[in-house]
Amino acid sequence: MNAICTIAKRELSVFFNSLIAYMMIGLFLGFNGFFTWLYGNDIFILSEANLGVFFYISSWTLLFFIPAITMKMVAEEKKSGTLELLLTKNIKDRDVILGKFLATIALISIALLATIIYPITLANIGDLDVGSTLCGYLALLLLSMTYAAIGIFASSITSNQIVAFLIAMIIGLCFHVIFGVIAASSKGFLGVFFQQLGTQAHFESIARGVVDSKDLIYFLSITSVGLFLAEISLAKSHVKG
Amino acid sequence: MDVHVENLTKTFGQQKAVNNVSFQVKTGEVLGFLGPNGAGKTTTMKMITGYLGIQKGDIKIGGNSIINDFKDYKKHIGYLPEHNPLYLDMAVTDYLKFCGSLQSIPNAQIDARVIEMVKVCGLNREKHKKIGALSKGYRQRVGLAQAMIHNPSILILDEPTTGLDPNQIIEIRNLIRDLGKEKTVILSTHILPEVEATCDRILIINKGEIVANGTASSLKKQAKGQEVLKVKIEDAEGNNVLEALKALPTISNADYAGRDPHVFELQSHVDESSKRAIFNMCIQHHWALTEMIPMEQKLEDVFRDLTLN
Repeated sequence: MNAICTIAKRELSVFFNSLIAYMMIGLFLGFNGFFTWLYGNDIFILSEANLGVFFYISSWTLLFFIPAITMKMVAEEKKSGTLELLLTKNIKDRDVILGKFLATIALISIALLATIIYPITLANIGDLDVGSTLCGYLALLLLSMTYAAIGIFASSITSNQIVAFLIAMIIGLCFHVIFGVIAASSKGFLGVFFQQLGTQAHFESIARGVVDSKDLIYFLSITSVGLFLAEISLAKSHVKG
Repeated sequence: MDVHVENLTKTFGQQKAVNNVSFQVKTGEVLGFLGPNGAGKTTTMKMITGYLGIQKGDIKIGGNSIINDFKDYKKHIGYLPEHNPLYLDMAVTDYLKFCGSLQSIPNAQIDARVIEMVKVCGLNREKHKKIGALSKGYRQRVGLAQAMIHNPSILILDEPTTGLDPNQIIEIRNLIRDLGKEKTVILSTHILPEVEATCDRILIINKGEIVANGTASSLKKQAKGQEVLKVKIEDAEGNNVLEALKALPTISNADYAGRDPHVFELQSHVDESSKRAIFNMCIQHHWALTEMIPMEQKLEDVFRDLTLN
């Protein structure tokens, strides 16, 4: 546990010592703020004290921002050779993966925490449903965990950051939309299967305020599988040489 | 802690990088790992550190196999990788604290260890700089500092003195010698005088196999086993002397050493010495023996003999 925290702390300090974290959080907030409050089907057009728009927009922005955060995590260490340094310390491959995962989640949590001003504002101008808002944030967090695990896996299979970013995006897109599209055009078992495999249905159900154990298990298992695959590919890349 | 390497084998695709290598290093010994590029030095070292998986064979640290029954063995090893990869965006002390923490040093002791390493490796003036701003020599020192931060009983150093200036090289060699008194040190290098200066024992590896194993002096003897002398004999005609020398039963080969007709280079038969015979011969002929220099076989020659097929 100690090693995981040490690695996560280092990752976070790298983020905040360079411009990356500030740019990411700034862009995330700017993007979400723009579409939530100013443009398109924004809150004022819907005229409901409901952050549904924000959660929907965020589910899309996270799809792009998380791969941008995770793309360098393992790939860069592989390229610069520091992975060797890290893995010959008294730690396990799993500690590295979990440390990096924890750092990603911490960074996203900071970004999400900064949006706390949205519900506060809404609560002042209307009657905000606190329960469903909290559920919305929970859904975003679970979704972030899933994409972070996918992103770290993508980063662990290559030493090229751009490739890692693109792979994470493609896998993320599959879960986010493509499985849903396949589900809509298939019938019977296949349709149900793909609908359950996509993140969209599970995300919407939690964001609506229904915390079902089925959805929780879904997000946690996709996350675990992603992290597990990342660990395997990390081990494979150095043990086999 | 002793390191036992037993029948270690590693293949990358078709190529056998390390082929059935066995050796052991004891506590208080500095082992020099020599070999041409691509001989398998780094691969062997990476397997000992646990970075590369072991395909065949075994490595035992303090009697425990690292494959099966020794989970925490990495904390006994300090490792300086070949190209000395470092986090360039971290300050020296932060980086050392990070490494100390990963080596499971208790939090209360980390600062003290970092201060000690900064002192030992001469990093005091650079300790707050980012590693990316340091010169190669200082980065090498940071690499050494991180390898030693947890006071490991085994040190594995892959080319520790590359990029250092001559003063630093001497400092680092002295440091390694000091460390070698109580630790097990395995170092690889291309610089042959360095091996002679720092190592108790030398292992020469070529094409994945061990071709020599012993102290510098025993290797030199083993390589040729012949006494080579340079003698200067005056008050005589050069050709007469040469013929008389060739006639001596212990001498296998004799010739002029250079243009000077009085200086000769002589090779004795294996395990025989010609020094007395030459002396007696000079007395007999009333020649003046003014110089007799035993020519030492250089480690470079030994290395070339063993690795150039």
